[in-house]
Amino acid sequence: MTPDVPTLLDDMAEQARHYLKTHGIEQPIVVGIHSGGVWIAEHLRERLGVERPLGKLDISFYRDDFSRIGMHPQVRPSELPEDLDGEHVLLVDDVLFTGRTIRAALNELFDYGRPASVTLAALVERDGRELPIEAAIVGAHMELGPAEQIKLRGPEPLRLERVAIDPEDLEA
Amino acid sequence: MTETLIAHPGARLPEPGPLPNRLQLTDDGQLRHMLTIEGLNRELLTEILDTAESFANMNEKAVKKVPLLRGKTIVNLFFEASTRTRTTFELAAKRLSADVLNVNINTSSAVKGESLLDTLRNIEAMNVDMFVVRHEESGTAHFIARHVAPGISVLNAGDGRHAHPTQALLDMFTIRRHKGDFTKLKVAIVGDILHSRVARSQIHALNILQTGEVRVVAPCSLLPANVDQLGVHVYNDLDAGLKDVDVIIMLRLQRERMEHAHLPSEHEYYQLFGLTSRRLQLAHPTCLVMHPGPANRGVEIESAVADGPHSVILEQVTYGISVRMAVMSMVMGAHQA
Repeated sequence: MTPDVPTLLDDMAEQARHYLKTHGIEQPIVVGIHSGGVWIAEHLRERLGVERPLGKLDISFYRDDFSRIGMHPQVRPSELPEDLDGEHVLLVDDVLFTGRTIRAALNELFDYGRPASVTLAALVERDGRELPIEAAIVGAHMELGPAEQIKLRGPEPLRLERVAIDPEDLEA
Repeated sequence: MTETLIAHPGARLPEPGPLPNRLQLTDDGQLRHMLTIEGLNRELLTEILDTAESFANMNEKAVKKVPLLRGKTIVNLFFEASTRTRTTFELAAKRLSADVLNVNINTSSAVKGESLLDTLRNIEAMNVDMFVVRHEESGTAHFIARHVAPGISVLNAGDGRHAHPTQALLDMFTIRRHKGDFTKLKVAIVGDILHSRVARSQIHALNILQTGEVRVVAPCSLLPANVDQLGVHVYNDLDAGLKDVDVIIMLRLQRERMEHAHLPSEHEYYQLFGLTSRRLQLAHPTCLVMHPGPANRGVEIESAVADGPHSVILEQVTYGISVRMAVMSMVMGAHQA
């Protein structure tokens, strides 16, 4: 059985409220990573009552595997609501795996300015990290087999699915 | 350059035209070189325009650069003068974080009698990844693409009267941004079609994108002999050709390519084929006015029109960077795949 996404979202929102409060952050900019991260970010933003518009990142131009797999066919424009200088960013992704996507997202974020802080929230954190990256807000921790991965399907309804690994996605 | 090419056995310039795709596409249909628009399909052109769209949005960033081609070296190999094309290619490469080498052959080894292949081999030996080539001879980019080492991409930045694919792509990008769907559009290309590689590439691109109606408007002396085979409606009268069109693409009167007297005088040309404010009223009220530049004001276009509210001439320049970034990243990606 895979966990129920709305329940995880409620739990993440609770953790995020606590985190923001203890760090004295009132209005973060919530930024989702395409595609799954954007869905999760939008739900979190609603639950947290953040009024500022949602930010969206497509990290295709920042991936470290371009020299191996080439251009991603569908690159959606990144949309960040404003200048990031001095802002607190809540960066949201669906699955935290190797950490390479987050590395790319951080690089892209810093091309928009110098945020005061970046906090990572992930719906699912699984084993297999290849970089020193960790999430402060996590919906579920999962241990998966080496040939398995977890995918977020959506946008409506959002649900998690365990699938056999696609070699092309290994680096994602 | 012609003499130096003939000096090399087997280095004959190919006739530009059929089967360019065996050269410019990989086995699985990805773009490896960009030599000509001819023969590409609608999906690929749309993919290029979509990719350019994501790069166009990059201008909002504080740092207008992405690390996509970091560590790649791109050589601008220009055998013919150009400011706009060379600088936008250069800027596109730099915004993709590539290193750029500008080689102007007029002032370099061509005058010392080095052949094109020798020049090519020498620059190749510097471990470069891409050539952007402009040459007065049709077919030069094809020739280079056939002789470069595997893994190196060639982009045609204009060859003789043959093709200027990235210019046509940036024009399509400009039209799509303003007008959306091509199938309902009437587009008129006006001026020196005979000498224009830009017109040839535009006609191919417009037809591949299934444009409603493509018109060419020119005096008979400035039309190529086979113009009716290009899938266009031919007009010799500007007023009739502009009637209700959604897009007007003016071409530069190529004075430097006029070996023979194709025209009585520039003044008469302006009277008959110059785009004036009065004539613009014949077109659709929301008509776009485009020009690949540099415009001869008072020869093919009135200054008030070039600078007027219908003109998107400067947008074309801006979009040229995004479109060239798209093509560069796609060809580099295809080699890796």
